[in-house]
Amino acid sequence: MRRAGLALALAAALAAPAGAAPARVVSVNLCTDQLAMLLAAPGQLVSVSHLARDPMVSAMADRAAAMPVNFGSAEEVFALAPDLVLAGTFSTRATVAMLRRLGIPVLEVPPVASLAEARAQIAAVGAALGREGAAAALLAALDQGLAALAAPPGPRPRVALYGANGWTGGAATLSGELVALAGLDNIAAALGLAAGGFVPLELLLVAAPDLVLPGRVYPGASRAEEILSHPALRRAARIAPARPAEADWICGTPHLLRALAALRAARAAAVE
Amino acid sequence: MSYGALLAALALAVAALFAASLLVGPAGLPPGASLRALFGAEGRALVLVMQEIRLPRAILAAAIGAGLGLAGAAMQGVLRNPLAEPGLLGVSSAAALGAVLALQTGLAAAFAPALPLAALTGAALAAVLMLGLAGPRSGALGLILAGVALSALGGALLSLALNLSPNPFAAAEAVFWMMGSLRDRSMLHVVLALPFLAAGAVLLAAAARGLDALTLGEDAAAGMGVRPGRLRLLVVAGTAATVGAATAVAGAVGFVGLVVPHLVRRAAGGLPSRVLPAAALGGAAMLLAADLATRLIAPDRDLKLGVLTALVGAPFFLHLVLRLRREGAG
Amino acid sequence: MSLMSLADLTVFRGRRAVVTGATLAVAPGEVVGLVGPNGAGKTSLLRGALGLLPVRGRASLAALPPAVRARAAAFLPQTREIAWPVTVEDLVALGRLPHRAPGAGLAAADRAAVAAALAAVGLAPLARCRATELSGGEQARALLARALAQETPLLLADEPVAGLDPAAQLAAMATFRALAGRGRAVLVSLHDLGLAVRHCTRLVLMAGGRILADGPPAAVLTPAALAEVFGVRAYFAQTPEGPVFQPLEVVA
Repeated sequence: MRRAGLALALAAALAAPAGAAPARVVSVNLCTDQLAMLLAAPGQLVSVSHLARDPMVSAMADRAAAMPVNFGSAEEVFALAPDLVLAGTFSTRATVAMLRRLGIPVLEVPPVASLAEARAQIAAVGAALGREGAAAALLAALDQGLAALAAPPGPRPRVALYGANGWTGGAATLSGELVALAGLDNIAAALGLAAGGFVPLELLLVAAPDLVLPGRVYPGASRAEEILSHPALRRAARIAPARPAEADWICGTPHLLRALAALRAARAAAVE
Repeated sequence: MSYGALLAALALAVAALFAASLLVGPAGLPPGASLRALFGAEGRALVLVMQEIRLPRAILAAAIGAGLGLAGAAMQGVLRNPLAEPGLLGVSSAAALGAVLALQTGLAAAFAPALPLAALTGAALAAVLMLGLAGPRSGALGLILAGVALSALGGALLSLALNLSPNPFAAAEAVFWMMGSLRDRSMLHVVLALPFLAAGAVLLAAAARGLDALTLGEDAAAGMGVRPGRLRLLVVAGTAATVGAATAVAGAVGFVGLVVPHLVRRAAGGLPSRVLPAAALGGAAMLLAADLATRLIAPDRDLKLGVLTALVGAPFFLHLVLRLRREGAG
Repeated sequence: MSLMSLADLTVFRGRRAVVTGATLAVAPGEVVGLVGPNGAGKTSLLRGALGLLPVRGRASLAALPPAVRARAAAFLPQTREIAWPVTVEDLVALGRLPHRAPGAGLAAADRAAVAAALAAVGLAPLARCRATELSGGEQARALLARALAQETPLLLADEPVAGLDPAAQLAAMATFRALAGRGRAVLVSLHDLGLAVRHCTRLVLMAGGRILADGPPAAVLTPAALAEVFGVRAYFAQTPEGPVFQPLEVVA
């Protein structure tokens, strides 16, 4: 992951030759959408992805509502005549390849799995946009917030993150790191899941966490989320009254601070 | 083997598989503690695991398997065709479509019984269409063609409804609805499905006598006092209730209704009234076994039930088709 | 007293009237042969009489509720269908359905009726064989036994002897006469006019959906009727062995 950060910085250097900040930037990924909105100079960001407007996943849906959005197709992006495209590494592979063939520089950022990676990514995107100053300010704000929310002393309740299909995040994830920072012990470690994994409901019950942080349920029904309303789960474990909004801890932005604060509140309620 | 011995053997298999279903799970609990927990005499977590997770799963596997076996036997009886089966005839996919519509419109959230009722409606429409498209005189070919058409239509509309869902998970769940799974079902699902499964079983049992007479054709049956129209209605209603309830909570599980009646038919003596109880027990055993296998083969993968029943059922179906061709009945 | 009566009966297959204005009564002790060329409407008349096809006019049996009708008349359809691999015994026992309460097993009377029916068609030794594995003729006899086991005052049989060997044909006709001798009656459609003449007490001649003649065999199968309806010339004589009828040639 360290090497990924390095490669990222390298890619950023290639994408934006020194001294020539891109004038028209298009983002096609939810996380780069938010980083770009936080970092770009006025008028520099031309379009963000349509997901940026979805309040379920985007922490900056209100800001994005004022932006033109794209649906990430190569034709659409090309028509915007960008001199830099920000994209994620896990999606739209064909689109990225085509944009590069068309001669448009593309910066691809991987999903972040830790605060360190989030920091590196903020710096890399800032550099690619020619906005190193803004990036430094954002990082300073992030550090300040993290210091203010430092882990309190006292008991560490055992918590289970529990999402659709019984997915739980482990320590080696961004959410896992925040859980630990908030003064909670993640039961994923006891179950031998470092990066996270699917935990059958009965294993969760037997592991007997003090607190369960259920995943957010989307509108419309799905069978994957039914596990979150299983009567056994409701009866076995204390369900956290306050939990981070999904949108706050998907991407490596300072919105992570809001998620951390929510986790602290959940811990405080459990310790009482 | 006498008929009584057949039923006893099947009942024994169901009991053994039911017990195994209660004792196998990812938590790897010792059998003694599991059984004590089933009756509430253990720690809270264990009791919850046994009573709220494994028990509903085992009950649903047995009840849904029995229902699918019954529905298959009854459909074969009324169409006098061994290839008839709710899954192949599109009744299951129509039921799944009904269930998905109830879920995605929020109807099921507002009024829980709307889920099985919507599935039942879908199944009933498909069954009526089926009997209309492929009457008893249309033979295996007409039956299968009509079934393919209905299944494809049901599956397509189901995918469409899921793709249009605002829920990102729902969009990926066509596989569940077309293949079925009993993972993480709760007592709520049991309460939802069981009354309909029971009502379906009563209706199908009431059809047994008429189905016997129908062995000799519709005219002969009518001559023995059977009302063919009423008999079809019974089977349609019974099948719709059974398949609707089963599909609403577990998705469309195929091939149980095809394979089981056929396996027990000769031993049961051929008459539908005797095949029905044997197919119910056999269906329960088959689904319990399939569900057990999904947990043993890949405990953490939510393997779909339909995968296992199709692994058994599809070759069996081909064998049936080949035999029908040899007999020139296709 | 009649066991069945039709008055000005019109039978429809879809919208088409396939039998028109049929009037007919069958009394106890009769074996009534229903004869006529292919497409004359014999099967439709039988099905209409039972209410299995839509009708206009009066049909005494069709007016009965199905469960009551099944104890008044048994029907042996022309199509020989045995959908499932049942034993001959179980197949014949299906004839007892109208007499059994729902869910009830076979009573002693039912078993006796099944045994008698099996004996009447000579299938007692094959009682435990699977009906689907028998020869076509044996299946036909098993299906006849089913209708006999229904033990109704009237039996309607559609082409029951088609495809049977001579002995089985004669045995079947003898069974019908024996039934009539016990005060029951049979209405049987036949293509074999020789059998019809020798074994039926009365013949009903149909063509084009109408009943053309109804009476003793000799009065119905006149040379004129044979030529006009069947297009054949036949040898028909009363002999010491009983009436003998043999079609001889097609007439123009």
